[in-house]
Amino acid sequence: MAEIGDKAREEFFSEAQEIIEQLSRSLLSLDAAEKGGRSDPSLVNEAFRAVHTLKGLAGLFGASRMGQLSHELEDVLDDLRLGRINLSANVLDLLFEAVDLFGHVLTAEREHSDEPIPQLDELLMRIASMGQSAPSVSHPIAEYDLDPGIMAVLTEYEEHRLRSNVEQGLGLFRLRVHFDLATIDKALEDIKQRGKAHGEIITYLPTGEATSPDTIELDLLMASSDDLATLRASLGAENIVIEEVPRRRISSATIPPPGLTGQGPVTSVVPPKPESVVPRARHSEIAPQEAQGSLRSVTQTVRVDIRKLDHLMNIVGELAIVRGALSRTAERLRGEGMRQLASELHRLHRTFDRRLSEMQAGILEVRMVPLGQVFDRLARVVRQISREVQKEIRLVITGAETEIDKLIVEELSDPLMHMIRNAIDHGIESSRQRESVGKPPAGTIALNAYQKGNHVMIEIEDDGAGIDEAALLEKAVRIGKVDREDVGDLTREEILALIFLPGVSTRDEASDFSGRGVGMDVVKTNIAKLGGVIDVHSERGIGTKMTITLPITLAIVSALVIRVASQVFAIPLSSVSEAIAFDERGIRVVDGREVMTLRGTTLPLCRLRQLFQLTGTRDGRGFVVVTEVGNRRLGLVVDHLVGQQDIVIKALGETLASVRGFAGATEMEDQKVGLVLDAAALIEEVLAGIDAPRELMRSNG
Amino acid sequence: MMRVLVVEDSLSMRSFVRSALESEPQLEEVEVVEAGSGFDALRLLPRGPYDLVITDINMPDINGLELLQFMRKNERHRATPVLLISTQKSEKDMERGFKLGATGYLAKPFSPEALCQEVVKQLEAAKVDQGKDGG
Repeated sequence: MAEIGDKAREEFFSEAQEIIEQLSRSLLSLDAAEKGGRSDPSLVNEAFRAVHTLKGLAGLFGASRMGQLSHELEDVLDDLRLGRINLSANVLDLLFEAVDLFGHVLTAEREHSDEPIPQLDELLMRIASMGQSAPSVSHPIAEYDLDPGIMAVLTEYEEHRLRSNVEQGLGLFRLRVHFDLATIDKALEDIKQRGKAHGEIITYLPTGEATSPDTIELDLLMASSDDLATLRASLGAENIVIEEVPRRRISSATIPPPGLTGQGPVTSVVPPKPESVVPRARHSEIAPQEAQGSLRSVTQTVRVDIRKLDHLMNIVGELAIVRGALSRTAERLRGEGMRQLASELHRLHRTFDRRLSEMQAGILEVRMVPLGQVFDRLARVVRQISREVQKEIRLVITGAETEIDKLIVEELSDPLMHMIRNAIDHGIESSRQRESVGKPPAGTIALNAYQKGNHVMIEIEDDGAGIDEAALLEKAVRIGKVDREDVGDLTREEILALIFLPGVSTRDEASDFSGRGVGMDVVKTNIAKLGGVIDVHSERGIGTKMTITLPITLAIVSALVIRVASQVFAIPLSSVSEAIAFDERGIRVVDGREVMTLRGTTLPLCRLRQLFQLTGTRDGRGFVVVTEVGNRRLGLVVDHLVGQQDIVIKALGETLASVRGFAGATEMEDQKVGLVLDAAALIEEVLAGIDAPRELMRSNG
Repeated sequence: MMRVLVVEDSLSMRSFVRSALESEPQLEEVEVVEAGSGFDALRLLPRGPYDLVITDINMPDINGLELLQFMRKNERHRATPVLLISTQKSEKDMERGFKLGATGYLAKPFSPEALCQEVVKQLEAAKVDQGKDGG
């Protein structure tokens, strides 16, 4: 077998992934349409086409298990779209299960794993046991005087749709349209949308008779329950002529039209004979710009491996170091009296700085993807779990278009999924319970995303029973996370935050759905790894809201560089709200913790010198860097503020990776390596009152 | 230089075909032009001529059969060989394709060899026809 390049294989995986996501979206729309009492054959066909394409691709790329699954599913969807089976809740369930399985199978294929996938075999057996009924054999289309040219080019599916519409007693119409080739996509989408209100467009046939080389004439075959006058009034235009397809006279009605049975010869369509062929145009006859034009690619987008973008980002980070060096050189020249050279270099530096910022912003933009990608998957989870636990759930999504770094999206999906499971399983009450307290029987989960400054906020809000604070507290005491005598001192917020401690749950027995090895502590850790924080709000009887605050990107950040003793650290600016001069006299001690008053509010402090047990003389007059993550604040006491700098955060090596409090390392402008502080983790450690220094340094040592 | 228009809505399928044709030693200097839909094909056809059109049957909006019929009605493209690709299942669609003047058919999935073999066959048959015409 000829070698199919790695690039083609990579494209196959990303396209397969996209198709599976698209299939999931089609099924969700289909589910919604069915629930709303509407049936939309085009959605079934979309799903069919998705699986059909998957099957074709799987075959080409030797992905045998994916091929097997798509092959069986294609049959089911083909039966559905050709009306041989009906769309029942069971069939929909099976399709949704298949979507999940595709995910597993794709991962296995990608990793060349041949581990058995028992769910796959089980699903394939169930599909095989599904029966089908014979398609109807009547040919009511014969009543219509349809152009054999149209009948000859209908695919089996289009023919089925035509028949099915005619069986329902709808009329057939021919729309002859003239479109500009350049804008045809938009024009057709427009007529498709407007046509939907009146019926179904069965097919689009190019007639080959255009008024100019830049225009095209199409015959659209449409089925509608409206009359000609209504359609003309609604869809007619200068470039759209609508005619009704006449019914045949009695005698011909018994003869099936050509091409419909798949048996009779299509006598009216004569394939061209080679003898009648007109000599072909030679290459030399083509106008030069035409020949050139044909080399252009059709699509305007490219797929990029995120690692390539990371690489670019690293280069940008290194250029930022060069920028710093340029600036310092300019200063030095000025200091040595070479003012002319210094100002020239300074001008160059400014231009370089501007262009570099644009480049950074450009690369970041390329990495951004809409959160809708992960929300679609969640919608599937909601549907699946709500069926399993037999609760009726309404999912309301806002802000799906909010964009965030692709890497963050990937890492977000598991934590979000777990929170959604929690909301359905623990949060939302049964319909009966809900009705007894005057709530609508269906529970609502709202998934909201929006951008706020340099952050993206994601809220998961349910209108369920709320968190039982007393039970939560009791559990925390029982497993030794809270001392019984401290119970009275805890604020409501602190009690709710207990839900993120390992081993704490408001239920004694984890259910099947939320007890799958990950608790809210893991959710929290995973969010923290992304530089984010999670807050919880809950009202008994009203509901629970989890709010996740995330940075927009992890790739490059603006940071405040600070010094403590002789050590240099960077703090991402996104978590710095201000820096103020440190005044020893303003410090009070509350509950053994140093605090100061900042514009009327109490700000807890943390001396980095003590936290990191740094020795050495004080290196400046002292500043408090106020860090803020979510709704929590902490003042970091540092010796000296070095300045602002864009940094590329690099992961810490294996030995240091487990140290809490550091987001990574970065190269500073003087080409030394500095540690990047993880404000979220620091706030966590310090405010939780854990013996942070020991903890941090123990792992460090 | 041979020019082949590949009409197929799947990007990886187009890449697969391109990759197979470009690495086939029997096909010296082949230029593959890709169209992502029937409409794109209609836009690209006037920029021809093409020595061969390979098209999927099942595509949204304008399907492969419609594209084929359009070509057969059009003097400029009437003689261009058209190779249909579709799944084994869709026999009816394939039958219709031949009646409309398709010169070849390849069932998905196919190997790169099968594809190249068929393409070489199509191009050679077209050359013979052309010889007859021109001769």
